[in-house]
Amino acid sequence: MTELAQIERNMDEVASLPREAMLPGDDSEVLSSESRWRRIVTIYVPLICFIVVLLFPFYWMGITAFKPNGELLNYKDNNPFWITSPTLDNIRKLLFETDYPRWLLTTMEVAAASTVLSLAASVLAAYAIERLRFRGSAYVGLGIYIAYLVPPSILFIPLATVVFQLGLFDTPFALILTYPTFLIPFCTWLLIGYFKSIPYELEECALIDGASRLQILRRITLPLAVPGLISAGIFAFTLSWNEFIYALAFISSSENKTVPVAILTELVQGDVYQWGALMAGSLLGSLPVAIFYSFFVEYYVSSLTGAVKE
Amino acid sequence: MSVSTHAQAPVWSPAKGRPGALARLFDYKPFLIFICLAPALGLLLVFLTYPLGLGVWLAFTDTQIGRGGEWVGLENFESLLQDRIFLNTVWWTVVYTFFATIGKFALGLWLALLLNHHIPFKSLIRAIILLPFIVPTVLSAIAFWWIYDPQFSIISYVLVDRLHWLDHYIDFLGTPWNARWSLIAANIWRGIPFVAITLLAGLQTISPSLYEAAMLDGASGWQRFRFITRPLLMPILAVVMTFSVLFTFTDFQLVYAITRGGPINATHLMATLAFQRGIPGAQLGEGAAIAVAMIPFLIFATVFSYFALGRRKWQQGSDND
Repeated sequence: MTELAQIERNMDEVASLPREAMLPGDDSEVLSSESRWRRIVTIYVPLICFIVVLLFPFYWMGITAFKPNGELLNYKDNNPFWITSPTLDNIRKLLFETDYPRWLLTTMEVAAASTVLSLAASVLAAYAIERLRFRGSAYVGLGIYIAYLVPPSILFIPLATVVFQLGLFDTPFALILTYPTFLIPFCTWLLIGYFKSIPYELEECALIDGASRLQILRRITLPLAVPGLISAGIFAFTLSWNEFIYALAFISSSENKTVPVAILTELVQGDVYQWGALMAGSLLGSLPVAIFYSFFVEYYVSSLTGAVKE
Repeated sequence: MSVSTHAQAPVWSPAKGRPGALARLFDYKPFLIFICLAPALGLLLVFLTYPLGLGVWLAFTDTQIGRGGEWVGLENFESLLQDRIFLNTVWWTVVYTFFATIGKFALGLWLALLLNHHIPFKSLIRAIILLPFIVPTVLSAIAFWWIYDPQFSIISYVLVDRLHWLDHYIDFLGTPWNARWSLIAANIWRGIPFVAITLLAGLQTISPSLYEAAMLDGASGWQRFRFITRPLLMPILAVVMTFSVLFTFTDFQLVYAITRGGPINATHLMATLAFQRGIPGAQLGEGAAIAVAMIPFLIFATVFSYFALGRRKWQQGSDND
């Protein structure tokens, strides 16, 4: 986390620099209008292109979700980029004629439960590795890091047999217990970095005052690590919300499916795709995680960049 | 990130008399270490290490769903090597990873360099740019599926009816090469935010005074990029690239959602082929063999990461941990 502080400092420095220092060529009056144009062409135009391209699929998803079928499939008489008579029909169909609310609820439960489970396990593991400092703790840390590099794509087939043998097949527990395989490595790694930034002297003082190790964890380390816990929690929640391959392989009955799987397997039927309903489902499935993310953007960015740099 | 030390003043009452046996047990360090590591390591051993081993074992058996398998040695791999679909899949997985990674890093680095300028609404733009990374991949893949629709593709509409550059609608997912490039484009779209934001963090750790010194010496923009940005960004770039290659190579969601491996198995990645054969096809042994065949590629990527990390320490001095 010291690196993050460094980043913040650097950003402040950059922001406080006078323009001349940032832009060579701004120094003379004659050049200023030319260099402003240059700045627009080399920075703002590409940046706007990037934003438009990155956001367009969401715009298209949103606008399709509210289009009546007549407009949706007729580009000759309507401008496809706009809606003339928006309708809530697709959303209504989705909410009242399919199991969509049920899928949404399942997804939320699974994501919340696996996040809590992973966070609890990761806090303890990170505390043991970083603060209890036993022989071989570095190897345990390395092992957990390597676990993060094992992708679900090579695990799902044997995991399916394990899940089946444990009698968890087609239950939410199949997902709640398997998601931690990719959440714990990530969260532990993030929290180790966070615990490092908390001065060890605080714990030593508490030890001298006669506190037990668990008291220290609960009263000193955890309260100081709250920002790290929030970062790890948000990241874990979005990761488990987005998970697909385990949910596809371990769940078979319609009512236990998560949103991403259910949209692809339950709403896509036959050869005529109900694009309106599909887009409405995608939009509603993306919104909770997007809203959740928007509240904690800074934490999210710091965990993303922190994890890569550790 | 400032840590407020005054918020939680530790207050507790000293234990009265001798602490109980349980409290003493929790102060016994080996026991505490065991208790702390047990949940995480337990979950990882049962649901990660054991299945990894089981997967390798399954690859050497003829297990099917509902029927235990017997050891068949290398038979699965031998039949896969005769299998044109599998060989095609390996080739396409490598090609997909290669082009998608190049696209992601070229565009992501460009975006990171743009964002590293002094621009208004920077944090808002950064938040917006991460959206493709946040939204469930399958759901944005479905949006791409709709964008690539043969009859109602918005791209075809713009090219044909608005700009009149083409005279017919593009069949994005109908022919093998169209489908392949469409998938690579969707993967690049999804990968840009991660690359851009992590590289931006790397760029911001480069001290501005280096650029000032270079400018005083008369270095051009390209020279500043070539001799300051590039070498200082290299270590983090290597790490981000390893992760990116790893996750692109084992990609599943995009292909499964957009083409399901079609047309005529042209776009199967190793992960989707393993799923196809293993779960709906019920040939667990063969599916596991395809999954295991990915491991050598992944080890290659991880070793690459290890050396990149080692070089980073060497470059940035010893106080970096």
